[in-house]
Amino acid sequence: MQPQPATDAMPLLEAISVSKAFGVFKALQDISFSVSDGEFVSIVGPNGAGKTTLVNVVTGLLRPTAGEVRFLGRDIAGIGPVELARLGMSRAFQLVNIFPALTVRETLAVAIASRLRRVSNPFRSLQRDSVMQADAVRVAEVLGLRSKLDKVASKLSQGEKKLLDIASAFALNPAVILLDEPTSGVSTGEKHAIMEVLVTAAKAAGVRAIVQVEHDMDLVERYSHRIVALQAGSLLANMAPDAFFADPAMISAVVGTRPKL
Amino acid sequence: MIRLNGLWVLFALIAVMALLPLVASPYVLLLMLPFVGYGIALLGFNLLFGTTGLLSFGHALFLGVGAYTAAALTSKFGILSFEIILVAAALISGLVSLVIGMLCVRYTRIFFGMLTLAFGMLFHSFLFKFYAITGGDQGMRVLRPLLLGMEWRGGKTAFLTGPFYYYALMLFALLGLAMWRMTQSPFGLHLRAIRENAGKAAYVGVEIFRMRLSAFVISAVYGGIGGTILAITTGLADPELAYWTHSGNLVFMAVLGGSGTFAGPAIGALAFVVLQDFVMAITQYWRFVMGGVLVLLVIFMPQGLAGTIELLLIRRDGEG
Repeated sequence: MQPQPATDAMPLLEAISVSKAFGVFKALQDISFSVSDGEFVSIVGPNGAGKTTLVNVVTGLLRPTAGEVRFLGRDIAGIGPVELARLGMSRAFQLVNIFPALTVRETLAVAIASRLRRVSNPFRSLQRDSVMQADAVRVAEVLGLRSKLDKVASKLSQGEKKLLDIASAFALNPAVILLDEPTSGVSTGEKHAIMEVLVTAAKAAGVRAIVQVEHDMDLVERYSHRIVALQAGSLLANMAPDAFFADPAMISAVVGTRPKL
Repeated sequence: MIRLNGLWVLFALIAVMALLPLVASPYVLLLMLPFVGYGIALLGFNLLFGTTGLLSFGHALFLGVGAYTAAALTSKFGILSFEIILVAAALISGLVSLVIGMLCVRYTRIFFGMLTLAFGMLFHSFLFKFYAITGGDQGMRVLRPLLLGMEWRGGKTAFLTGPFYYYALMLFALLGLAMWRMTQSPFGLHLRAIRENAGKAAYVGVEIFRMRLSAFVISAVYGGIGGTILAITTGLADPELAYWTHSGNLVFMAVLGGSGTFAGPAIGALAFVVLQDFVMAITQYWRFVMGGVLVLLVIFMPQGLAGTIELLLIRRDGEG
């Protein structure tokens, strides 16, 4: 990752003065931040701070009440998930989100078929499509699921399901990947392993930036390049992790209401 | 380990049917024709139900469209070529399903089921009430078609159990092959992804609406073709073909055979046709018996006939 002068590098993903209201409730107020090439950005904040709403807005699922969301220079407000995937942003969810009866290979092939636009001819063979098959193996390899290719998703361990969920997001070859608590519901032991796999995989797969929502401050401190902190729908901080964790006020604002177990 | 390939199971079934005229009576062969009609319709029905996860309670509508297309073409327009009838039935059911599908596939589960049921009932009332066009409860006659442009000079039973029987079986095999290709394609994979988890599917680029609509239209085309075979067999396009209980029978056949397997619904169609014929011959309370069978089936064999056999094979291989 070559650090580029901030002036001429166009951000990959940019939220400009974004606000979102649900009726009278202001979920987000005037939030601006951007994600550049090579960055790992963590969105943090106590429960109810607006993290999920922010993610929904910057992935084009929700249209902001005011402000603009740009991805690769394009306005993506409210474009919806299919178009988002096509433009090169993929998203993995907080809860494990799999296709229970499909194998790992098939799960990856779903995303690959979308990316390579293989679905318009309903008579095309999936099995004999060597490009698709090789690509499924490549993605599985990158996320350490190679040996599980023919296993049915519902039979995987919890950690493997999480990896599969993330792998199918990688299979879209996205420029930016957005992860909503990638390690939630996973044992502490597995958390770091998953994060390591994820970061290595992102580099190998050519993912240009990662944005994650995360509660675990150890993981946030260890992997992020920048922290976007929210509090009651407003931007509290947008800074490097050293600066963030050096400020006790920041830490108490973010984790104070949610004591660590 | 034996890997049961659904296409070969279907082909084996069709091969047995092809040998049947050597041993079976015309009565049995005439019973097998509705099976072929239902078998084709069920292949389509299961693309929607088993593969995509959408349960239609109005699918008989498309069998009705196919049957009435055959009736209108043969007895009103004097078009007797079976090939033209098939293409017309496929096109018309495809178009009708495109319009209905655009309204229905935005919904899933019970809402989808209810909407398809409603459209089925609308179409049935249209057939029933518009006497001048459809013949009302009398239905419309379906004349004997020309196969590959050739006229059959023999009797009706000889036509149905001879050339038409083999023609219908060939069609069944071809449409079975086409359906197999579809279920094994990236297109079929996207349909399964929608069935498994539509919310996630959208985030990996699956166009939910377009895919569901495609499955709906394809299943309707198969239904329309199945309907023409049924109508030619009986020589009549009858409003009962589109009645909601007939849609219920299609669901019954799919469940009976096992919607989780490729050949299951076709096997269900065969079992249904044979069972119904058998039970009707011994008691006038046949609906009661059929209902009882359905109850027992859902409780004890929720995977259906084919699904249960597959499970047994897997279990045996697992232990062996």
